[in-house]
Amino acid sequence: MKLNRRGFIGATAGATAALAAPMVRAASHGRPKVVVVGGGAGGATVARYLAKDSQGAIDVTLIEPTRTYYTCFFSNLYLGGLVDLNYIAHSYGTLAAEYGINVVHDWATGIDRDAKTVATAGGHSIPYDKLILSPGIDFVEGSVPGWDISAQNEMPHAYKAGSQTELLRAQIMAMPEGGTYAMVAPPNPYRCPPGPYERVSMVARILKQHNPTAKIIIADPKPKFSKMALFQDGWSRHYDGMIEWVGPDFGGDKVSVDPGAMTIDIDGEVTKVDVCNVIPAMKAGRICEMAGITDGNWAPVHARDLRSKMDDNIHVLGDSCAQGDMPKSGFSANSQAKVCANAVRGELTGSAVFPAKFSNTCWSSLDENDGVKVGATYEATDEKIAKVDGFISKTGEDAAMRQATYEESFGWYEGITSDMFG
Amino acid sequence: MMKAKLYILAALAALGWAAPAAAHDHGDPERGAAVFKACKSCHQVGEGARNRVGPMLNGVFGRPAGAVEGYRYSAGMERERAGGLVWTWDTLDAYIENPKALVSKTRMNFRGIKDEQKRADLLAYLRLFSDNPADIPEAEPTDVSELPNLSPEVLALVGDPAYGEYLSSECTTCHQVDGSDEGIPSITGWPVEDFVVAMHAYKEKVRPHPVMQMMAGRLSNEEIAALAAYFNGL
Repeated sequence: MKLNRRGFIGATAGATAALAAPMVRAASHGRPKVVVVGGGAGGATVARYLAKDSQGAIDVTLIEPTRTYYTCFFSNLYLGGLVDLNYIAHSYGTLAAEYGINVVHDWATGIDRDAKTVATAGGHSIPYDKLILSPGIDFVEGSVPGWDISAQNEMPHAYKAGSQTELLRAQIMAMPEGGTYAMVAPPNPYRCPPGPYERVSMVARILKQHNPTAKIIIADPKPKFSKMALFQDGWSRHYDGMIEWVGPDFGGDKVSVDPGAMTIDIDGEVTKVDVCNVIPAMKAGRICEMAGITDGNWAPVHARDLRSKMDDNIHVLGDSCAQGDMPKSGFSANSQAKVCANAVRGELTGSAVFPAKFSNTCWSSLDENDGVKVGATYEATDEKIAKVDGFISKTGEDAAMRQATYEESFGWYEGITSDMFG
Repeated sequence: MMKAKLYILAALAALGWAAPAAAHDHGDPERGAAVFKACKSCHQVGEGARNRVGPMLNGVFGRPAGAVEGYRYSAGMERERAGGLVWTWDTLDAYIENPKALVSKTRMNFRGIKDEQKRADLLAYLRLFSDNPADIPEAEPTDVSELPNLSPEVLALVGDPAYGEYLSSECTTCHQVDGSDEGIPSITGWPVEDFVVAMHAYKEKVRPHPVMQMMAGRLSNEEIAALAAYFNGL
């Protein structure tokens, strides 16, 4: 069958009707100002879309302390020797040069919600009409007894990518023959649900090559985890006998560490280890707490536009926000950023605001050329961002499909990093 | 298959088929017609062939790379054209074996054919449409097996590119706006109709891919038309 070439008819699609919010005048003179705190998957994306789509009508400032940003996603592949560190490193040069974003490399240290200013460690006070916080995660103090941030050299978390990731890799490579790598896995909710288990896969991969008698222990407070069947199947196929997962039934939820002695205590059983990767419980990036917009560990937001439930002039994206059903992932943050950019631009310039649509897909590598994925679509309801539909890879998929999924994950990496950094 | 055979025989007769050069005489155009099925969702060949997702392939032998009029090539293919790449049996053979190895960042989202005999068969088939430009044989009409049920009204919808641009932000987390294709296909510059058909094929789950079935599954007819209009213009 062959489709006929069709003629264009005059009607335009009618489903695009949108309610433009009344235009908000900038409090200060000139263009409305949006300040974005945090230059990751949420912040870089929202800054880029605001600047790109408003074509100069909005003054966009991005506050991000690091000049080189290492993506947390794919940092496990660096640990596994599948990409080098440069592959996950990105600069903000294009956002400044091609999109006209004012990129400020500084720490946001405080927010004055009445004056609508952001204070920075460098001593600046940056005014905003709309503030978008996308600061990622910080750790809950005391969540792993014996560990605090001063112990992160002895026992790295490597859950904010960069020097920590390099440190963890160096420690893995320096493990004695037949040594032990321990991971303390975090309780829900946390950044990147499959992340700890992809990391274990990648650590096993590199140990299998360099130190095949080494062992991996995971102490986990959760009875089950993301893609559990897929990971366990992959571990038995690629790294049989190397990985021991200790769930809460066997004391995985009763863990303490001693960084000086390099020991881990799992429900009273003390083990000397060579590497101890402690991934503590997580909370919203601390600037959210300082702004007074958190409830518990996270910052609650409205589903339609990621607006804080505490302050109409603040939006919160990505890992920091409590939005409903979406997992805390780079893909989710990027998806939320585009909905938020559309809403904020509409409010500031009167441009069309379209209905919110969200999606997420998380790829994980079990080994080179063995990729799996899980994903879902979401919509905004009055209560939360709610899941609509989803899928997950199956165990027993053939090698060609797994290779295609693995290659696809690299395509996604190229896609999302272009979407973030231009 | 019987029909294809007749076409081929007719083509051979029409061309006054002569034994090709010894190095390349191991390809069987009839088997090649079957191999070409894998190409059909993007390429047309034969009388009346048009550019679709990929350029039409009549007269490809002896033609410089990236030279079909009216087709928008990737920057990679434009570079090869400037560099003087010409499609011969050998260059086509290398390209089909691994497209991205020969032309980096080509938009041709195809893993390649590793089997040398299959490539020879395919090239023997394609050469039927190059040997005598004045007398291009008819090919089987493009019959993609993954066609969804689409009413003429759905195909006739004219999308709003501005709405498509907003919706596209969901696509560009994976698909790149500059059209590059590394592990995830390029979706820029597609003919509107091909885009609409492909998206509905995912929506109806007759075309496999879990992410795309999920993404397309909640798009309305108007939204698909809007995306088609937007990506066509990139």
